Amino acid sequence: MSRLTMTRRGLLKAGAASGVALAAPMSFVRGAYAEDFCNMPTGGSVTLGFNVPQTGAYADEGADELRAYQLAVKHLNGEGDGGMLNTFSSKALKGNGVLGKKVEFVTGDTQTKSDAARASAKRMMEKDGAIMITGGSSSGVAIAVQGLCQESGVIFMAGLTHSNDTTGKDKKRYGFRHFFNAYQSGLALGPILAEQFGKERRAYHLTADYTWGWTQEESIKNATEGLGWDTVEAVRTPLGAGDFSQYLTPVLNSGADVLILNHYGKDMVNSLTQAVQFGMREKQANGKDFQIVVPLFSRLMAQGAGDNIKGILGTTNWNWSLQDDGSAAFVKAFGQEYGFPPSQAAQTCYVQTLLYADACERAGTFAPPQVIAALEGFEFDGMGNGKTLYRAADHQCMKDVLVVRGNENATSQFDLLEVVKIVPRDQVTYDPSIFGGELGPADAKAC
Amino acid sequence: MDAILLQFLNGLDKGGAYALIALGLTLVFGTLGVVNFAHGALFMLGAFCAVTFNKLLSLEQVVLDETKKTAWGTATEIRTPYIESWFGELGSFLLDYSVPVSILVTIPVMLLIGIVMERGLIKHFYNRPHADQILVTFGLAIVIQEIIKHYFGANPIPQAAPDIVDGSANIGALFGLGDNIVYPWWRLVYFGFSATIIASVFAFLQFTTYGMVVRAGMRDSETVGMLGINIQKRFTVVFGLAAVVAGLAGVMYTPILPPDYHMGMDFLVLSFVVVVVGGMGSLPGAVLAGFMLGILQSFASMTEIKSIFPGIDQIIIYLVAVVILLTMPRGLMGREGVMEE
Repeated sequence: MSRLTMTRRGLLKAGAASGVALAAPMSFVRGAYAEDFCNMPTGGSVTLGFNVPQTGAYADEGADELRAYQLAVKHLNGEGDGGMLNTFSSKALKGNGVLGKKVEFVTGDTQTKSDAARASAKRMMEKDGAIMITGGSSSGVAIAVQGLCQESGVIFMAGLTHSNDTTGKDKKRYGFRHFFNAYQSGLALGPILAEQFGKERRAYHLTADYTWGWTQEESIKNATEGLGWDTVEAVRTPLGAGDFSQYLTPVLNSGADVLILNHYGKDMVNSLTQAVQFGMREKQANGKDFQIVVPLFSRLMAQGAGDNIKGILGTTNWNWSLQDDGSAAFVKAFGQEYGFPPSQAAQTCYVQTLLYADACERAGTFAPPQVIAALEGFEFDGMGNGKTLYRAADHQCMKDVLVVRGNENATSQFDLLEVVKIVPRDQVTYDPSIFGGELGPADAKAC
Repeated sequence: MDAILLQFLNGLDKGGAYALIALGLTLVFGTLGVVNFAHGALFMLGAFCAVTFNKLLSLEQVVLDETKKTAWGTATEIRTPYIESWFGELGSFLLDYSVPVSILVTIPVMLLIGIVMERGLIKHFYNRPHADQILVTFGLAIVIQEIIKHYFGANPIPQAAPDIVDGSANIGALFGLGDNIVYPWWRLVYFGFSATIIASVFAFLQFTTYGMVVRAGMRDSETVGMLGINIQKRFTVVFGLAAVVAGLAGVMYTPILPPDYHMGMDFLVLSFVVVVVGGMGSLPGAVLAGFMLGILQSFASMTEIKSIFPGIDQIIIYLVAVVILLTMPRGLMGREGVMEE
């Protein structure tokens, strides 16, 4: 038996509880107050968060991304020659900041580790008031940070990330990717491989054992098998194996006549260098010349492989040798600022910053739901990749993909890749539903 | 059969590198009683001696060509290495042979680095617990790594082997085993090189008076000290020698693995396993375990074996270490009383 007695403490509790109950409905209508969202800029400036690897194996790539971001901020604020602002098909940006506010930035170090990247993104959102996070040089990191951004209601403009998962099974409403993916590499590269090496080939894959490697292996396997190639073996190698000799020697006697290296960064440099040392460039198998393919190329990484990269086919998001107006404007601005041409990582990061700023201008607000709506289904041109669509269904950019070859007759230390073919957008467009995943809600959230 | 022979060669090659690093580690541990976690950094510094030497040789004269512009509007640069314009043929020869020639530079540099490291830092930790030694040497390794990254960047820097040993040897044809057995010349050179260095270190310790005193010091430094020999000074030189061995292993490894700032760390953990499996303080044990683990690691990566035990290639070394330590707690050739007080 209990008696209903009202104590002072009980009254306070009841009061607090009813207060919460009364306030609760407010949270459901919060989205209605368009200006109430995480890190709403209140002063005369707006802060962007650049989260790039500044230490660790991808530090050089991260440094190039940061250069591009700083250049983008300059151009947005009306300094310098304006770069791609002059060639961008949308004319919403005027070089007076974004929505009249001066653009400022903070940087974080991802260390190419998911937990470190999340910690620095969190710091930028909570302490520095960053309204948008961008960057990354690894799919593992991009997916981790993208998840955090979705939870926090802060838009994430992915940097260099090539795994299908980023805009596939792990796609998020708050995450956007301009860079192409492994599936598109397969679609672009497949026909060229068949054209150059024939339809009766036997491929051997060496694959970096993590999300990006797996999706790339699957994509390239599907694309090549679709052309009639056989896959002899697909072997997973530990990330950062260093010496790949024990994985390369079985290739020699496997009956394969093509080696596909699903490696990136240091792994790619090492495995390619060692494959060449094992005589795979001069080897004959099944009565054909043995071939090596590196599906994802990067010029910065190609430098590490030296002469071994010559003549090897792969794909890339963008290369500074492109002659369109957008590329030329960007290369000129970047080259004048830093004395050398930008990498593909730099290009995607620069473009992502401009695209975000432009979406805010077109939406007329920094409120994420409206900015997301402005980006979804947005068609643009003049950014170096031809006519491009930010697809609404998965937030993946649909644009041309470059098939490149290591340059045999380089004219300078930067002239490492030669464009074999610009594969048009419609050939690398695919059904977004094949990878599953859910974008999730676009509701604005307070920090 | 071909596959087994090739994996055996891979194992010898890998084992050569492990053995060279483990040899230096054991030398330092056996003489000074210090567990040196900065030993991997010495391997990396050796590799960067080769990189620096190559960079100095390939310093270029830059002439601006105003008639041709780059994409960003500046004049294009025409670069020619000074050494070629000064010495012609000899210059090109030196550039081609920069990796082996850099050994001549690496030996004094690494000796100096080793001695400075021992006198400047490590000697202050002789009487401290092993944990302190590990912390300070690990810290030092990180410092060295970051310095190298600051000056050379994070990306690997390729070093080419001389043209004459570029490409691969058709071993099969040499021994009448068919055309399928090819192996890179440079890896064969590396194996020969590591065997020579190992033999020289043993010869030095076994057949010279200096080496004899060092061995005596490893057994009982107190008595040797009482005989009027400054054993500490000799141990300092041994530390320098260990640094040279690690450095040379690094130099010759550069054409196999384009060096970057982190390469030392990648080898360090494995080398410690090698030392422990071989037996703490045992030099022949370190060499034996180095080759054994290298060969086992290669065989474990064969597709036939991986199809039975998936992922075995990544754990084999540690698995073997566990088994050996369970059955032979002092390692393959460890002596009683080392690290057991």
